[in-house]
Amino acid sequence: MDKIIYFDNNATTRVSPEVKEAMDLFLTELYGNPSSMHQFGGQVKKHLEAARGQVASLLGCQPEEIIFTSCGTESDSTAIYSALNTFPEKKHIVTTSVEHPAIYNLCRYLEKQGYRVTYLSVDEEGQLDLDELEKAIGPETALVSIMWANNETGVVLPVEIAAEIAHEKGVLFHTDAVQAAGKIPINLASSRIDLLSISGHKLHAPKGIGVLYVRQGTKFVPFLRGGHQENGRRAGTENVPGIIGLGKASELALNNLEKEQGYVGQLRDRLERGLLEKIPHIKINGARAQRLPNTLSVSFEFVEGESILLLLSDYGICASTGSACSSGSLEPSHVLQAMKIPFTFAHGTVRFSLSIYNTEEEVDYVLEILPGVIKKLRDISPFSSASSAQ
Amino acid sequence: MWDYTDKVMEHFKNPRNVGEIENPDAVGEVGSIVCGDVLKLTLKINPENHLIEDAKFKTFGCASAIASSSVLTEMIKGKTVEEAARITNKEIADYLGGLPEQKMHCSVMGMEALQAAIENYYTKKGMKVFPGEQEKIICKCFNVSEKTILKAIELNSLKTVEQVTDYTKAGGNCGQCRGEIEKILKDYWARQGQLPFQQLTTVEKIKLIERILEEEINPKLRQDGGWLELVDLEGQTVKVRFLGACSGCQLASQTFKEVVEKALREKAAENLEIVLL
Repeated sequence: MDKIIYFDNNATTRVSPEVKEAMDLFLTELYGNPSSMHQFGGQVKKHLEAARGQVASLLGCQPEEIIFTSCGTESDSTAIYSALNTFPEKKHIVTTSVEHPAIYNLCRYLEKQGYRVTYLSVDEEGQLDLDELEKAIGPETALVSIMWANNETGVVLPVEIAAEIAHEKGVLFHTDAVQAAGKIPINLASSRIDLLSISGHKLHAPKGIGVLYVRQGTKFVPFLRGGHQENGRRAGTENVPGIIGLGKASELALNNLEKEQGYVGQLRDRLERGLLEKIPHIKINGARAQRLPNTLSVSFEFVEGESILLLLSDYGICASTGSACSSGSLEPSHVLQAMKIPFTFAHGTVRFSLSIYNTEEEVDYVLEILPGVIKKLRDISPFSSASSAQ
Repeated sequence: MWDYTDKVMEHFKNPRNVGEIENPDAVGEVGSIVCGDVLKLTLKINPENHLIEDAKFKTFGCASAIASSSVLTEMIKGKTVEEAARITNKEIADYLGGLPEQKMHCSVMGMEALQAAIENYYTKKGMKVFPGEQEKIICKCFNVSEKTILKAIELNSLKTVEQVTDYTKAGGNCGQCRGEIEKILKDYWARQGQLPFQQLTTVEKIKLIERILEEEINPKLRQDGGWLELVDLEGQTVKVRFLGACSGCQLASQTFKEVVEKALREKAAENLEIVLL
């Protein structure tokens, strides 16, 4: 495979050349430990704090409110356990039925440990009902956790309003903003969000670095205990190259926000329009909701997602699926099920997620290849002969 | 990404015998859109010699489902219905050079479609080969019967509920039937005498020992006009008594060691203490 068309940026992204360049020095010469007393290590601390400032700028918050972690999942777990440990008498969590496994499976586990979890439903466009949220919060509720944008459909949830609702009831609010950061504007200073998670590798920083934002004044219980790093809030020697990389990536993401909304959004729309024109019997998931500019979740009736991905892979086209077989579990993704996508569509769902590094030519290439792939599979499918599908 | 063999990928990309035979002599359709895979198999069968002259398929599903369907049609063409009926899911998977464990249900689907088609063929001919008892559905989400589960356990030596899910899909959605699947597994392996003795209930232990007595031990003793009886069971201690010509026989203690102890320890549990009353 000589040419790769990478439309799977919600899974992970390429590291920006500028990010790699910024990190280089910390993988070679500046290898000191920022906690050391000597000048050689101590100088690293300054760079680390500069990176903290860059991340804070992207999120519209104070640098002191940023804790570096190892990944989005660690940030999510830290946030939830911190809230539960802060209010040990409260045994209830409110979340949604479309969260990423980092929250969803943790909540499933906590249910087994005796916690009560409310999973807010979504409508067919993947959108929340805020009245349901208001009713779900009770005196027992320790935390509300709602993702900012959904990883499979790109649907953006109204987390800022949800945070207001949680606060009116005196309950902490966390959001998994792993997919939102760098793709849509985030300004924590003007919101009432208490805790927020992001992950470096979704915005062109390397894997292995994440952030948990903790609003100043929010009670916090560390997840990892040990050394005094991160002001005693997250023990463990800092992933210095990762932090420097995430700092640079945050700076670039902030500068590229308009490009993300404009250029990437136009590419996505071009792909969406083209597919609707060229292929019958398809459904765009979350089409009428506000979506991330880069994400396109499309369901092809009568065919199965894994088959589509494997055939696309032969052409160097990388995408992913939220449907049955490819995830190892057998049912369609919990997100598509929560949106009540009909089974004839749900199994044939493919997610294309773009980035600023994609081009119009790549979109057109996918539009050239995909109709043939779908036709090939529909010719094999027992359902398509019963319909007028091509 | 799944670790598919080259053969799976080759059959997935270039499936053989895609389509539907017009006026088929047999049709087998299994799976449902809810489960995420469906296989429709149509056959042309020579009425004189029951030879499968042509086979075509249409499949909705993942790469391994399409590949399993494709090789199935290749495997059965030219075989008699009787020969084809003996094809197992394991043979389909082996033909493909193996399938990932979680994808074995695709090979089971192939076997089931073939059996459904054969049943359809015989029914059309007015021959009733399969006793018409009502199938007991265990997994209601994916409509998987007890018969299918048992067959998968038997053919593939499945030991855990997760494996049954991988092979048949049963229990893969809401999970309500997992308890029942566990019981089916336990009963099956208890029948094979392969479930750890300690895990059995007292009633199951007694049934197992009685069966070993009946099948392994007493046939030998009866040749000499005697037999052995189970008197009591306490934990790992089995109390037995010789009856008939065996009681009072001078060779009884030798028989006890060579036949009774050996059979019970082999078939039930190695650490059994066997007391002769």
